[in-house]
Amino acid sequence: MIDVQHITKRYGHHTAIDRVTFSVAKGEVLAFLGPNGAGKTTTMRILTCFMPATEGTARVAGFDCAAQPMEVKRRIGYLPETPPVYQELTVTEYLTFVGRLRGMTGPNLTSALDQSIGRLELGSVRHRLIGNLSRGYRQRVGLAQALLHDPPVLILDEPTVGLDPKQIIEIRELIKSLAGSHSVILSTHILPEATAVCQRVVIISGGRIVAEDTPERLSARLRQSEKISVTLKFSPPDCETKLRAIPGILNVFPGQSDGTFLIECALGRDLRDDIARYIVSNQWGLLELRTISMTLEDVFLRLTRHEEGLPQPVEAAS
Amino acid sequence: MTPVQAVIAKELRGYFVSPIVYVVGAVFLLIFGFLSYLYVKFTGAQVIQLMQMQGGIAPVNLNDLVFRNLFASMRFVLLIILPILTMRLFAEERKLRTFEFLMTSPIGINDIVAGKFVSALLIYLGLLGITGLVPAVLMLFSDFDWGPVLTGYLGMALLGALFLAVGLFASALTENQIVAAFVGFGILLTFWLISGLGALLGDTTTGHIVSYVSFMEHYDHLVNGLIDTSDLVYFASGLALMLFLTHQVVDSARWK
Repeated sequence: MIDVQHITKRYGHHTAIDRVTFSVAKGEVLAFLGPNGAGKTTTMRILTCFMPATEGTARVAGFDCAAQPMEVKRRIGYLPETPPVYQELTVTEYLTFVGRLRGMTGPNLTSALDQSIGRLELGSVRHRLIGNLSRGYRQRVGLAQALLHDPPVLILDEPTVGLDPKQIIEIRELIKSLAGSHSVILSTHILPEATAVCQRVVIISGGRIVAEDTPERLSARLRQSEKISVTLKFSPPDCETKLRAIPGILNVFPGQSDGTFLIECALGRDLRDDIARYIVSNQWGLLELRTISMTLEDVFLRLTRHEEGLPQPVEAAS
Repeated sequence: MTPVQAVIAKELRGYFVSPIVYVVGAVFLLIFGFLSYLYVKFTGAQVIQLMQMQGGIAPVNLNDLVFRNLFASMRFVLLIILPILTMRLFAEERKLRTFEFLMTSPIGINDIVAGKFVSALLIYLGLLGITGLVPAVLMLFSDFDWGPVLTGYLGMALLGALFLAVGLFASALTENQIVAAFVGFGILLTFWLISGLGALLGDTTTGHIVSYVSFMEHYDHLVNGLIDTSDLVYFASGLALMLFLTHQVVDSARWK
């Protein structure tokens, strides 16, 4: 549904994005992650035909963004970082205007408007001026305009910014419900959101894609050792040394609270059973034993901080 | 409703919600009414003077004494007021970040520029229509030739359309409305002053070219009741040029 091939965007001598390539299948939800200035917005602007790429091709629903921008625009619902709302219009007037811009008229427009207002729970404010609405409501109005014409492709830049926790959950559920029938690109800084909503993640840094995969596979690929956290009821002073002596254990670090230790094992070895048996036989009182997986935050930080001496990025999945 | 009509309707709604149209409209009508009153009073005083000098009833030419002066004076009023009417059209879109939304909607830049221009023009023509009360009232009390009055109104309509196009162009240049208004004044004032330069250069080819570029002599011809094709071509081409430049500026804003 979205196919981006080697797009580059230069502003004078500054390269904002460099040979970015990725694709989004029909019905897939893709998270677009990256630090500020990484090139996320530039990529989104090229896909929405706001600006042309210097090199490369971007196609949406089979149409070329540079050669057939009108066809692309008809098939995209776009929510920019700042909700594009007119403060002097009421919610209904604004959505009517948006619908008319997209060529909708008569009963089609009315039913789409009612559906969109219902989906985003804007019924109670539909006749209020947008200028008088809270940030959260404006964000929802912005989302309503993106969904109004039921486009096959949705490009959402930080869709949950400014919403309260209940609304965030509702919007995430809404985006999840769009999966299957809509292709969605979601730019976000909230990494648990990407894990909760998206099937695949693209991490962009310094204008280049540094990783592209599912969150689980990314964390598995970046893990250099297995990590296990144990909490003991009694921890004699030499327990750290004794634990380190178990075959397969690489290192043991004291945890944040008393009696908690972080055990590092060789990659691919599951030593939980050995560790549990050893602790029980020494009667140290095993209160908790769990594996620690790499969160998307860890993955993100490792991939986007490579300039600061951290490990080099992994290659994107083929 | 087509997308262009949707833009026009939205802009008109925006005008009537904001105080700009009321302030600009009130000032425009107040000045027009006040100037009409002054010229009528001045004409009355002249007639009384003539009657005292010649005895009997003196002929009153409202076309020369009222309307020509009135239309000539309104040039400066339009120059001040119309850039204020257009200053928000693109500048506000850019400031409120709705510009990106418009540019990613399935509507051409031509349609956006045309929609915004037509909305401002409709407001202006509406105000101009209200000023029609002045000749209508004067008609009840005196006879005058409607021809020059109508060409004067045509001149005001064409001059106003050109000024609005210049104002729209200025609004596309910046996201600051005040800057947009001042750039509009600046461009219009420059074209006003160019006519002085044309007069200074006199009856030379350069002088004629410079005079032609300024809107002054073209407007004056219409105010004097003269409809010349070259004047109509001047306004039409000036309007087309400014709308084309606005299109180019809007299009280039996507590249920044």
